[in-house]
Amino acid sequence: MHTKSRDNWVAAAFVAPFVIAYLVLFLYPTVRMVILTFTDAPLIGAGKWIGFKNYQRLFNDKAYLSAVWNTGYFVLLTVIPNTLLGLVFAMMVNRQKGYVQSFILAAFFLPYILPVSVVYRIWEWMMDYQFGIAQHALDAFYGERVAVFRNKIWAMPMMAFVTIWWTIGFNVLLFIAGLRNISQDMYDASALDGAKRWKQFRYITWPLIWPVTALVLTIQLILQLKIFDQIYLLTLGGNVNNTMVLVQYIYKQAFQLNKGGYGATVAFSLFAIIVVVSVLQYQALRARPR
Amino acid sequence: MNLLKIDFAGRLITLVTLAIAIVWAFPLYWAVITTLKPEFEVAQPGLNLLPKTWTLGAYTHVLTTTKIGQWYVNSVVVAVSVTVLVVMMGALCGYALSQLRFRGRTALWFTVLASFMVPIQALIVTHFVLMSQFGLINSWLGIVLPQLIVPVVVIVYKQFFDSVPKDFREAARVDGANEFDIFFRIYLPMNWGVTTALAIITFIGAWNAFLWPFLVSTADDTMTVTVGITMVKENFGVQYARNLAAAVLAALPVAIAYLVFQRRVTQAIMLSAGIKG
Repeated sequence: MHTKSRDNWVAAAFVAPFVIAYLVLFLYPTVRMVILTFTDAPLIGAGKWIGFKNYQRLFNDKAYLSAVWNTGYFVLLTVIPNTLLGLVFAMMVNRQKGYVQSFILAAFFLPYILPVSVVYRIWEWMMDYQFGIAQHALDAFYGERVAVFRNKIWAMPMMAFVTIWWTIGFNVLLFIAGLRNISQDMYDASALDGAKRWKQFRYITWPLIWPVTALVLTIQLILQLKIFDQIYLLTLGGNVNNTMVLVQYIYKQAFQLNKGGYGATVAFSLFAIIVVVSVLQYQALRARPR
Repeated sequence: MNLLKIDFAGRLITLVTLAIAIVWAFPLYWAVITTLKPEFEVAQPGLNLLPKTWTLGAYTHVLTTTKIGQWYVNSVVVAVSVTVLVVMMGALCGYALSQLRFRGRTALWFTVLASFMVPIQALIVTHFVLMSQFGLINSWLGIVLPQLIVPVVVIVYKQFFDSVPKDFREAARVDGANEFDIFFRIYLPMNWGVTTALAIITFIGAWNAFLWPFLVSTADDTMTVTVGITMVKENFGVQYARNLAAAVLAALPVAIAYLVFQRRVTQAIMLSAGIKG
């Protein structure tokens, strides 16, 4: 008995820093957020208990529903393209050797380690309506220049593109690791049987890489639901409402309009959406392709 | 016979790959080269791959007219604090979960796993309320604290400590070592590579963090460099060279960290995604 309680004390000393931080900085704010959703509190200060009014308001709030829609649109534009393109790039890198491989991998990966504000500065410059170098490409293929980040139609796809440019390195890395786990023998054997590139991809690479694909899809989905930084920055000064996403709406309600209670309600809805979506996706992705 | 046949399709793929890689890396090159041009040249049309006049004017302008020096200090203090605390707390807790038997161990483990579900972005409102109650708005500690919850570090450490052979532990116990000795003298040094990898990736993450530092630091003096460079106002005319020079300066530490510790960074990314490499 004596040693048992001493063991507990030793363990407590080990887990204490994490547990205390966890309770104060994670669990408490989470509980507090839920309580806040039932009040009309401003950002700082107490509010009245108003029951489910915030939730009722949520479902009638056009701006909120459009933020949900925009977030979904952004997810649609990023998650699957980013995953598939990541696989394609990884296969491209994997074919090369030596310096060529290092160069190509670095080209795909370097943007990923940059801060979002640097990515914002780069693309603001690339796409500048008057001086942006990418406007030449737009001019050539589309026929005219577009102030892309302020344009209703172009803004979301362009920001999805910037996001893919920025983050694809992560996916490429995971896929390369997955590809290296596929035994070369399988390709050699299938080549003897006369299998061409497409057949090899279809019947060897794709089924064997699927666990990584599922992992990348899951990570991407949860990540992109929480999108804020690049959209906020790239649309600074533009017509923000067209591209307002959920986290941005939390920010707007709580920090700009000083509605802490309603902001927390939006935040809680984001939490609920993420839980539901990740459970659904987990179920869906457990199935392996044939 | 087959060996002599040139694989045209293969060569084509290689060429396409190279072309895509060059296009992909071009914005980085273009951003850096723009900072070395004078502003009037930046505004000239066309693809001028090299400056006609090389100048560091954009950099001296940024360094002398903005508080980037102060932002740098803030960023270093914040990122280093977050790194040290996250890695230390993660290692200690991971060790307990892996090696010690104590009440509430299973509950703690599931709590750590479950916390993946709560998006930290959803907590910005209550984090702000909490930090203002502590009086930490516009302070280093206020930027640091909400960034300390990184459950994945605990999980990675637990996995690695799990795979240390039990013999080391038994031997040390026989020699009369206590848990702290075992942790600091055996488990931590044996997994030094993991610690380095996690530290680098945590540092990069903390340096790059935007949303929270942006919310909690509203004064010019307390911003991190990642937030600060977005606040430089364009009062008149084009100043892309200057804006990008500030961006290059902000990216420098993480770019260097990556180039120096390339393999560790990639290892850490795999680890945090659940692929043990």
